[in-house]
Amino acid sequence: MAVAQDVKIRDRVVARRRRRPNAPPWWFMAPAMLLFAFVVLVPSVRGLYYAFTDWDGLDPDFAMIGLGNFTKMMDDPNAAQAIWHTLLIAVSITIIQNGFGLLLALGVNSIIKSRNVLRVFLFAPAVVTPIVTAYLWRNLLGPDGAVNSLLGAVGLGSLQQDWLGDPHLALWSIVAVIVWQFGGYSMVIFLAGLQSVPREIYEAAAIDGTGPVRRFWSVTRPLLAPAFTINLMLSIIGGIKLFDQVYALTGGGPGHATDTISTLIYKDAFTLGEFGYSIALAVILTIIVAVASTGQYLLLSRNERAAS
Amino acid sequence: MNRYRLSTFGLEAAMIAVAVVVGFPVYVLLNLAVRAPSDTSSPIRPTTTPTFDNFTQAWQQGALGGALVNSALVTVGSVVIVLAVSSLAAYPLARVTARWSRGMFLLIMLGLVLPFQLAALPLYQTMRDLGLLGTIWALILFYSGLLVPFTTFLYVGFLRALPRDFEDAALIDGCTPLEAFRFVVLPMLKPVTVTALVLNAVAVWNDFFTPLLYLSGTAHQTMPVAIAGFVGQYAADWNLIFAALVISIVPVLVVYFVLQRSIISGFAGGLKG
Repeated sequence: MAVAQDVKIRDRVVARRRRRPNAPPWWFMAPAMLLFAFVVLVPSVRGLYYAFTDWDGLDPDFAMIGLGNFTKMMDDPNAAQAIWHTLLIAVSITIIQNGFGLLLALGVNSIIKSRNVLRVFLFAPAVVTPIVTAYLWRNLLGPDGAVNSLLGAVGLGSLQQDWLGDPHLALWSIVAVIVWQFGGYSMVIFLAGLQSVPREIYEAAAIDGTGPVRRFWSVTRPLLAPAFTINLMLSIIGGIKLFDQVYALTGGGPGHATDTISTLIYKDAFTLGEFGYSIALAVILTIIVAVASTGQYLLLSRNERAAS
Repeated sequence: MNRYRLSTFGLEAAMIAVAVVVGFPVYVLLNLAVRAPSDTSSPIRPTTTPTFDNFTQAWQQGALGGALVNSALVTVGSVVIVLAVSSLAAYPLARVTARWSRGMFLLIMLGLVLPFQLAALPLYQTMRDLGLLGTIWALILFYSGLLVPFTTFLYVGFLRALPRDFEDAALIDGCTPLEAFRFVVLPMLKPVTVTALVLNAVAVWNDFFTPLLYLSGTAHQTMPVAIAGFVGQYAADWNLIFAALVISIVPVLVVYFVLQRSIISGFAGGLKG
């Protein structure tokens, strides 16, 4: 009897060990990895290689030219300008769009009656196709467009401009269109952050006699750190990669006044057939994105830690 | 603090004023879309004799119906594939701490930083060699891979915060890992699936650069490319163009207003990771 009992227990232990929760197998990630490798990894590595060649996109005979494309870039005023525009747009959008979005979030996080309607309404432009809103704005910002008509109608005719045709204004018009479209996006993320702040903290601060500005700076701002991280990351990377709006609003013009790295990549590859050079520009873009996102990540995660 | 005061009213008025300014382009869009091309009065003046001719003409000449179908197919196809493969991949990535798992995770995260412009041109050549250029399959394949890093990132972050107890129980009860994933893990991933679905669907539907590369010059176009082609073709006829823009916006806004709660929380929620 005792032996039989022991055998039973041993069998049960063995069975349980065999059925012990086994880790999910590695092949679960195979489909995702294959797609990722085919679409992103392999072409990116090949891109890195082509950046050092004079490939034109068609001819299988191409030569390694070392750093040729990159030295050519140094002498190409369009490339230098495009890099400058890209950085200028990214930084301006990051500051203006998030400032605007934060104000909107504070506004709709109050007890105003229209807050729910306003949230839905102000976010709506963010889901609409950027190329479509850009074409709309191209007309609105034209010499005879609605913006100038409106300025004329309210007696500000002296401010009428050729918003997209003036090389000094065109870049800022593009920034304005993007802020119009994505201000509500920043708002929604800040709002999620604001709503995670416990009400009691505000009440305690109010009881202590803290004014609204001080309350924002000392209570709200530190607790919004995660929302800031996400918003700044999204807008700076979105700004660096910007293509659609520039393509539709100005096509990079007038002249090259609004060319970004992305529009230049497109033009060099598909209208000039300079694939090698174009990919070298993409490498520069990659480096800028990598530096910006790592830098921002390090900076903001330190702030987040300091704030918590 | 919670009472409606005069200052609250001031804030309300200011916010509504901002909303009016933000809504101004939409007013002009609709106003000009229903205006006959012969009417050349100021774009901000309300159109006195509205007409729907622009819409019928834009619909017929722009092949917008076909573009809508293509956009819908590409969006549904890509999003379904990317959610399926990424959630499955996230399971071992979040649960296994072996070196291969962490290595793979870092490799996928690299994809978050690589701008697709770098891969776009060499991939263009591959697609051409495979005879996929000009078909919507090129786009579905492209997005299914392109969106893997971001989607996997969302799933892994969410899964790591979930307790293992339920899947362990299922495995002890004799489930295979695939069954545990399908019947235990996947249902618990629902909130992050909604987020990933919303963000990916909007990204795919709205993308312009990729279909511009892979579909240009063919009859198979997605909505953004069809619109760009339409603008190029009817360059000066803005009333017609505006009607086409309205046609392309309506389906998006209908979905948005119907599902606004999930969509807004999707946009806000993904970001909490």
